[in-house]
Amino acid sequence: MTILISLIPFLPLFGFIILGLGCRSIPKRVASFLGPGTIISSFILSIIALSDYLASGIPHPTSFHLAPWLSFGGFSAGFDFLIDPLSILMMLIITGVGFIIHVYSIGYMSHDEGFNRFFAYMNLFIFFMLILVMGANYVVMFIGWEGVGLCSYLLIGFWFKNQQFNNAAKKAFIMNRIGDLGFLLGIFLIFTNFKSFNYVNVFDLAKTMAPGSGTMIAITLLLFIGAVGKSAQIPLYTWLPDAMAGPTPVSALIHAATMVTAGVYMVARSSVLYVLAPATMEVIGLASLATMFLAAAIAIFQNDIKKVLAYSTISQLGYMFLALSVGAFTGAMFHLMTHAFFKALLFLGAGSVIHAMEGEQDIRKMGGLKNALPKTYWTFLVGTLAIAGLPPLSGFFSKDEILAHVFSAGQSMWIITVAVTMMTAFYMFRLLFLTFYGNYRGNNHPQSRLHESPSVMTVPLMVLAFLAAICGFLNIPELMGGKGILKEFLAPVFADAVKLSQVQHLLVPERREWFNIVLVIFLVLLMAFRAYRRFGLRDAGHEMRDAGSKSVFIRLAEKKFYVDEMYDTVFVKPVLKLSEGLHRFVEIKFIDRIVDGTGNTIIKFSNIIRYIQAGNVGVYLFFMIIGIILILFFNIIL
Amino acid sequence: MNAVNSIPISYYLMFCSMLFSIGVIGVLIKRNALMILMSIELMINSINLLLAAFSAYSNDPAGQIFVFFIMVVAAAEVAIGLAIIVLIYKTTHSIDIDVLNKLKW
Repeated sequence: MTILISLIPFLPLFGFIILGLGCRSIPKRVASFLGPGTIISSFILSIIALSDYLASGIPHPTSFHLAPWLSFGGFSAGFDFLIDPLSILMMLIITGVGFIIHVYSIGYMSHDEGFNRFFAYMNLFIFFMLILVMGANYVVMFIGWEGVGLCSYLLIGFWFKNQQFNNAAKKAFIMNRIGDLGFLLGIFLIFTNFKSFNYVNVFDLAKTMAPGSGTMIAITLLLFIGAVGKSAQIPLYTWLPDAMAGPTPVSALIHAATMVTAGVYMVARSSVLYVLAPATMEVIGLASLATMFLAAAIAIFQNDIKKVLAYSTISQLGYMFLALSVGAFTGAMFHLMTHAFFKALLFLGAGSVIHAMEGEQDIRKMGGLKNALPKTYWTFLVGTLAIAGLPPLSGFFSKDEILAHVFSAGQSMWIITVAVTMMTAFYMFRLLFLTFYGNYRGNNHPQSRLHESPSVMTVPLMVLAFLAAICGFLNIPELMGGKGILKEFLAPVFADAVKLSQVQHLLVPERREWFNIVLVIFLVLLMAFRAYRRFGLRDAGHEMRDAGSKSVFIRLAEKKFYVDEMYDTVFVKPVLKLSEGLHRFVEIKFIDRIVDGTGNTIIKFSNIIRYIQAGNVGVYLFFMIIGIILILFFNIIL
Repeated sequence: MNAVNSIPISYYLMFCSMLFSIGVIGVLIKRNALMILMSIELMINSINLLLAAFSAYSNDPAGQIFVFFIMVVAAAEVAIGLAIIVLIYKTTHSIDIDVLNKLKW
């Protein structure tokens, strides 16, 4: 069993090594078998792990020691894996969605010369992501954490001949570094306080500590900084929209379904620590509310199909963090799962559209693709309905759970969340209508050349659409007579956190809950209708014309609130200026002079004393004897 | 008390120092490579004599055995040194060390 489970991450690693080494010589056919093949094997093994966990009578987490790793002084961290409901859920999502996206990539990347390299990177990513979620201590998690960052960098800059894409990759990497520093410091702080990295030991010790202590707040805040970087929350979110430079399957897998949710996973994993730090929970709540609102506002005004989805991802990640901040850990994980399905679906659908449009990403130049791309359209529609939160699709259940928890924790937060839900519905239906409805508006690309993607791409879309449609039934709330399978499954992981939770929950009468649900559905439908009126009709696209009456807010949102420009002025430009100044004054005038001066002095001095080497043997002998005498002299005297 | 011990050790010391100094001065002032080689031999022999003398005075045969080793090494060194001098003579038609000043700067 141990061997089987430890194979789960190492199969993709094996795939990476084979594909990476044989990058130039392995035929595409082999690569398209091997790349997804390793992932499906891991998926099957994950299912075995799940059934093994469920079959073991009283389900309990199993931690096993794979290899001793770092051990010196009082410090020790083994290469350990922890198999509990949380990691099993993540493993299933990663390998399941990962496999579907790998299959899709066979079609999407078929014309790319870097086909093998692409699959090698993707396999490496899956490996690191599995390490991240399977690790039994923070150090193993950190390895995965850094590894996925590396793969993200490699895949964003996959088309490295484009300098803009390279810059996007660097931006993602550097912004993640800021978060990672916080994460690393948090891990150090955990070690100094708990003398261990193991989740089990840390949480057991933490449970005995008083809630709200300074160290606990410091630890959780530092860990949250890491999550902010990885999961693209305010203030470190600007890398995610730029990360859309990578191939679309990458955006689907890394920047929607898995890697960006690592922060959510990490906070959920450390739930015991977080519930002991109410101040941090409030910070998370504020940050996530601001993020989800801001990102949704920006998404409404984006015209790049992938950018809309990118901002939508940021906004949805905000939902998950909001759920975490009110103590709805199961809700966050549930939304993570449904989001993985429907957002991967939407990205892959967008990829199919881009494929049909031969690289065009501007939705203003699309329109009316419904007839040319029927399969893409129907699956995209399912994704849109799911993310908008319409029953009975998955997004409805996960959003409902979060909204219910937020409502009982604070009404003002709930109002903002509902507003964001409405905005989500609006921008998603705007995207849907502008892309698939109305008249075709492409100028450069004749309509007759539009074609549906091959079945290697549409079948994954259908599978994801099916999952996005039904996976909500995994966790039907008790209100609707469901049992909450996922909640029960994850209960042992969050048992301690729920017990220690400080969040005050109001008891909400059932009638009010039903009212809220119906209200949200109504508002979402209203938004969908407004989007249809504005963008779905025959002569759509007129939003490009009405430049006249725009409020300040809209103008700000159109310009993405100038956040990128602000970072540019506040951080990037001063650093560039400083570096330039340092180069001009310190490097050239100071350091260069020291270095050059050393060399020049030696040359000048040598020019003088090299005449001693006159080639005269008698003189050499004389110096030798003088030397010997001097040595003797100093030996005797000193 | 044997014949060696009948002479005081200081005599040996003085004699050997003089012999050594003659060797050093020979190396310094002679321009002839052959003479320099002979002067080096002189220095080696002065040291050998001193070793033998000390060995006899302290009744320790190790010193005298050591002298034999030095002689062997000195013989090898002379063989090589002479070979080099022969080659120098062949190329420069001289064994004056002042001619050998091409290797410089």
